Amino acid sequence: MNLDQLDEVASEVRAADESCRHSVRVCMAASCQSSGAGPVLKGLNQRLAGRDDVRVKSVGCLGLCSAGPLVEIRSKSQAAPVLYQNVTEEDAAELVTSIGAEPAPRLQCPTDIPFFHRQHKIVLENSGVIDPEDINDYIAADGYRALVTALTEMTPSEVLREVEISGLRGRGGGGYPVGLKWSTVAKMPAGLKYVICNADEGDPGAFMDRAVLESDPHRVLEGMALAAYAVGASRGYVYLRAEYPLAIDRLKTALRQAVRKRLLGSNICDTRFGLEIELRLGAGAFVCGEETALMQSVEGERSQPQPRPPYPAESGLWGHPTLINNVETFANIPTIVRRGGEWFAQIGTEKSKGTKVFALAGRIKNTGLIEVPMGTPLREIIQDIGGGVPEGRTFKAVQTGGPSGGCLPKQFLDLPVDYDTLREAGSMMGSGGMIVMDESSSMVDVARYFMEFCMIESCGKCVPCRMGTYQLHSLLDKIAKGQGSRADLALLGDLCEVVQRTSLCGLGQTAPNPVLSTLRYFRREYEDRLTDYNNPGETRAAALSGVVASGGVASGDSAGPGDNAGPGDGAESDGNGASDAVDHAPT
Amino acid sequence: MAVKRLKPELPSADSRWKMVDLTMRRNGYAGHALIETLHTVQGAFGYIDDPAMQFVAQALSLPLSKVYGVATFYHLFTLKPKGRHTCVICTGTACYIKGAGDLVQGLEQRYQVQAGETTADGLLSVVSARCVGACGLAPAAVLDGAMLGKQTIDDLLQKLEEVLDHES
Repeated sequence: MNLDQLDEVASEVRAADESCRHSVRVCMAASCQSSGAGPVLKGLNQRLAGRDDVRVKSVGCLGLCSAGPLVEIRSKSQAAPVLYQNVTEEDAAELVTSIGAEPAPRLQCPTDIPFFHRQHKIVLENSGVIDPEDINDYIAADGYRALVTALTEMTPSEVLREVEISGLRGRGGGGYPVGLKWSTVAKMPAGLKYVICNADEGDPGAFMDRAVLESDPHRVLEGMALAAYAVGASRGYVYLRAEYPLAIDRLKTALRQAVRKRLLGSNICDTRFGLEIELRLGAGAFVCGEETALMQSVEGERSQPQPRPPYPAESGLWGHPTLINNVETFANIPTIVRRGGEWFAQIGTEKSKGTKVFALAGRIKNTGLIEVPMGTPLREIIQDIGGGVPEGRTFKAVQTGGPSGGCLPKQFLDLPVDYDTLREAGSMMGSGGMIVMDESSSMVDVARYFMEFCMIESCGKCVPCRMGTYQLHSLLDKIAKGQGSRADLALLGDLCEVVQRTSLCGLGQTAPNPVLSTLRYFRREYEDRLTDYNNPGETRAAALSGVVASGGVASGDSAGPGDNAGPGDGAESDGNGASDAVDHAPT
Repeated sequence: MAVKRLKPELPSADSRWKMVDLTMRRNGYAGHALIETLHTVQGAFGYIDDPAMQFVAQALSLPLSKVYGVATFYHLFTLKPKGRHTCVICTGTACYIKGAGDLVQGLEQRYQVQAGETTADGLLSVVSARCVGACGLAPAAVLDGAMLGKQTIDDLLQKLEEVLDHES
């Protein structure tokens, strides 16, 4: 393939598109498929079988997962596309009638809301636009242009230079400068080098990488190939969660197509550069987010992290220099190379360039996938784009960064989101999960939930993490059940610090973050559950007005949980009520 | 020096062993194919039992302790047979916030089975998963591979009854 051949493929696809007056795009990403997009697509295909003026296309994620299945209809005669939500098989006839005519108002999803027009898409630019199972569609969207240009017109160091200029930082959570990581690998003596794509999205409540792989898999492969060219690697692995069957299928298809077009494999574009990419399936271990642990898993071992140095860049997979980046990081690369690092560096904040994909979930109206420039305030993300907390409930906290992150309360709503501001506030960017909570969520329970996660996921190699997370969980459980004392609370804080400072890898070092951030911003909730904080029968207000100091009434005080909702039932049943409210919230 | 490996003797005539062997052969019977091979074993048999581990250990020239170590380290691998039906409850953060706990508790009460266990009659396995990635449909459950979104415990119990009634 050379640039002319790419152009040829692209113009063929575009001509085919042009020849159809209408195009119907059905979201076939996992979330919409779960809501029944398959039968919708089938129904539309059946009804439109004889019409050559309509092209039905299955596309990747259209973004607004909570309103799925989603169908978008574009007509040449209409200026704007029409989006339909919650479409069922039975609605297919109605949609077919609406093509080129009046939209069907019953199913129409308003697209003039901030959810759609406040986004800035780079990683997701093709998501919901191209057919993820058709390489030609990707090529028509300027796909593989960056790779072919780089191989035929740029030196590896020129590619590296663009990435350095772009200021891109690792999207997996740590935020390490990508250019720096690449140049370390590039500087290693020539020989066998590896690139690995970390697609083991273990963070519960995050689904950005899944959506990218399901919607635009070639973008990730192209990014990997550009990285391999820049650092001199010839072999690659995609380490993918086994829990994502659709992403696995689409990636396999994409790999096969790219190899057939000689955009991957040996002698790409008739140059001496080649890259063989293999797929490796994870088997359910959160610790694989740690790069040394991930490499262990690729080697068929238990995924236990190794002490660094040596860093993977120097001695990684089977002892060879290895570059590991996350899915979203690789997905940014083709655009950076195509449009230039300078262009990318204009987006975002001073130290965090570009955009970030977030998975909005929890108590928020518009659940789904969004991409915004770095530095967008939380309020804009949650209130405007996310549509706020549904019906009559109030925002309490937003959790970012998953089990390694923290919960930020109201006063941080105006915080511009980037790597550094979040870290200063006691949370972290993480991979981009953003879970909104309302007053029905108890922060002590949330902290216990994340600690349980880390306890189970701790690989057991180092003592601070293995035992520390266990003890932290026991303390949190005791406090959540209203059986903890002030001494327990003090111990909790101290132990958090020990685990943070002495654990071997990122899992242990960040496991205390959810506890520390909730202790910092929601300390009252912990104190309210202590047995020896309030005197029996005393209201909290009285306890706070100075009596505390004398408080030595420890034993047998059942007033602990007091008027605060108990850890179990009260809060849980509230939970159900609200999820109903979300169901019926007008979108 | 690469040692040429002979094709291992399959434990039985069951054709599923051929699939397992194929995975190992594709990887040249190298030790690093262990996880891939265990995936194939579990895909074919539903779980990984002792004879399977012994076979894999021998074929890949690995100590049995290592195979056992890896099989028990990763959450996805199971050494016990699953029930005829499997209900996975997602306990990822989004589902947790929206009441996944109620689903787990409700199933425990109704079928006397904890997450990770199978009912005594072998009909139903209840599994909790760390995020199935359907956060937009929280709380989510997966019944025999079919995603069920926005579940209440009543919804879920009703669907389970339908499936299980069909059995008896």
